[in-house]
Amino acid sequence: MTLSLVALQLLNGVEQGLLLFLVASGLTLVFGVLGVLNFAHGSFYMLGAYLAFWLAERTGSLLFAVLLGVPVMLLFGFLVERFAVSRLYQRDHLSQVLLTYGLVLLFNDLSRVLFGNDVHSVATPALLSGTLQLGELQSWPIYRLFTSVACLLIAAALRQVILHTRFGMRLRAGASNAEMLEVLGVDVRKLFAFVFSAGVALAALAGMLAAPLTTVYPGMGEGVLVISFVVVVIGGIGSVKGAFLGALLVGVADTFGKVLLPSVASAVVYGVMAAVLVWRPRGLFGTPAEAR
Amino acid sequence: MSFSRRTLLSFTGAGAALALLPRRARSASAAKIRIGLLLPYSGTYAALGHNITDAMKLAAHQHGDKLGGREIEWVAVDDESDPAKAPANVNKLVVGEKVDVLTGPVHSGVAMAMMQIIREEQTLTIVTNAGAQAVTGSLCVPHVFRTSFSNWQTSYPCADVMLKAGHKKAALMFWNYSFGQESMAAFKEGYLKGGGTIVKEIAVPFPSTEFQANLSEIASLKPDAVFVFFAGAGAAKFVKDYAAAGLREKIPLYGSGFLTEGVLAAQGPAAEGIKTTLHYAETLPSEANKRFREAFKKATSREADVYAVAGYDTVNLLSQALGKVQGDTSARKQLISALETAHIESPRGPFRFSKAHNPVQNIYLREVKNGQQQVLSVALKDAEDPAAGCALAK
Repeated sequence: MTLSLVALQLLNGVEQGLLLFLVASGLTLVFGVLGVLNFAHGSFYMLGAYLAFWLAERTGSLLFAVLLGVPVMLLFGFLVERFAVSRLYQRDHLSQVLLTYGLVLLFNDLSRVLFGNDVHSVATPALLSGTLQLGELQSWPIYRLFTSVACLLIAAALRQVILHTRFGMRLRAGASNAEMLEVLGVDVRKLFAFVFSAGVALAALAGMLAAPLTTVYPGMGEGVLVISFVVVVIGGIGSVKGAFLGALLVGVADTFGKVLLPSVASAVVYGVMAAVLVWRPRGLFGTPAEAR
Repeated sequence: MSFSRRTLLSFTGAGAALALLPRRARSASAAKIRIGLLLPYSGTYAALGHNITDAMKLAAHQHGDKLGGREIEWVAVDDESDPAKAPANVNKLVVGEKVDVLTGPVHSGVAMAMMQIIREEQTLTIVTNAGAQAVTGSLCVPHVFRTSFSNWQTSYPCADVMLKAGHKKAALMFWNYSFGQESMAAFKEGYLKGGGTIVKEIAVPFPSTEFQANLSEIASLKPDAVFVFFAGAGAAKFVKDYAAAGLREKIPLYGSGFLTEGVLAAQGPAAEGIKTTLHYAETLPSEANKRFREAFKKATSREADVYAVAGYDTVNLLSQALGKVQGDTSARKQLISALETAHIESPRGPFRFSKAHNPVQNIYLREVKNGQQQVLSVALKDAEDPAAGCALAK
């Protein structure tokens, strides 16, 4: 492999990782702050993609679809938290898995009923549909560059909110000790509801941004969910910074795994996860259980 | 709540008694011929299962809802395209329902599990889609026929097409499971024999759809052309990624026909110019095809596809063969010989069966133009699967 190809593959890996971060950040927040193992997270990604498909078809603009779709999904997340997930905070992980897996089946069948089994696709916005010429044959889709930049901006905004706002402070406090936070007089229920909705909106936004890059079909969220769990475990549960680095690591490892070790490509990511866990059993930025 | 063993047993007893009841009621209408449908009605391949079923019923309707003078009773089971559940589902139809003829499935994994059972139970079977080589190869038996295709038939002819177009250096990319592997093996056989060089084989783990890294790799290898096997959602994604990476205009893309089957709408303009080989194309100009497509559209208000064609031909085949034995399925030898010598005027063009019971059929070279599969030429006339390992073919 020439140096320029290595650089390009690195770019491919980072781009894949950034989009993955958007999904995994919501998953790690919900897991870390609410303590809920949310299997339905991939379904919110799928619903986001379907919403982008449906709205873009009607409005003719993906930007408009995103602007309209994110608040809708924020509200949807709020309702799901209020009527389903909030009843599970006191229960063990098994009950949570049962409920959220039930939601997965429900959402998959819902998308089947509404949109059929067909594979749908969302057109890339005309403004972003070109390619960057990187050589005689080598070129890179501008839309991928756009999603990478968008994800970086969202990551920066998340960092700003988590580290430098009162809400972010409560969020971090909630992730390390929710009971203590409640004793100190913070309305934890409200905090939880907001975190869950934000997680849903992040997953849906990732689905919307990814829609032109991928295809939209029932069950499309499942693969994303599995790999997001890997990211969360690598990064450390509840750590957004960890999810960011974990996602980049997974993206790059997956990309180079495919190119250099094609026969075991699907296992490379899990190998990386195992290696990280041997080195740091709680993930890159996980806090020890005693301190939580 | 927990069941004691005794209550459980009595439940089972009651269930068995119930199961016996309708059987007696059924014997009154023993004259009906029972056709089993082992097809997916849920999951990824549900649309395929429905198209096959509807086309079969359409053909039956055109024969006055009778085969060989007997009325038809359809017995359908949703196989969910799940090989793990296949033995139970096949047993339900073969042992439980005692169907006269078993038809299906879509998924090759289900087909392999099915073959195990029907080879023992000796059920007359028509495979309506699954292209696994073994069905009419190493596992072939006299009472199994296939009206669809073998994987070999959909890929081998493409090698010659690419070589004739002057593409001497090819990169291959495929989903790494049996269908993809068999397609690639067939393509390679033809391509190497014709003097082509394969610069790279890229096996993508199934069902991964993250192709960007491999596309960068392909661009760096600069092959004359690329031959791929992907199907369904993965095919839609691959074709879009290939175009988005700017490769569509620079390196011609070829594939087995399933690359563009049923997903053209999702692929949109990204599919324009892609050339594939398959035994059918919706734009085939024959009268038989036009009549079939109109009738299917009228009956279902959907467009017919390659899957529907196989279902349609299956019932026409049965009608022909059962007609010869006056619907007497116990005249097994005559029935099998009638099937073997059948000549089907299919929407895909006429076909007959090889010694291994796979269709001997034309494979067309198709190109996507304006969102439709246009037939460019016949890539391989009367393509006959080599039927490796089949004792019948010797």
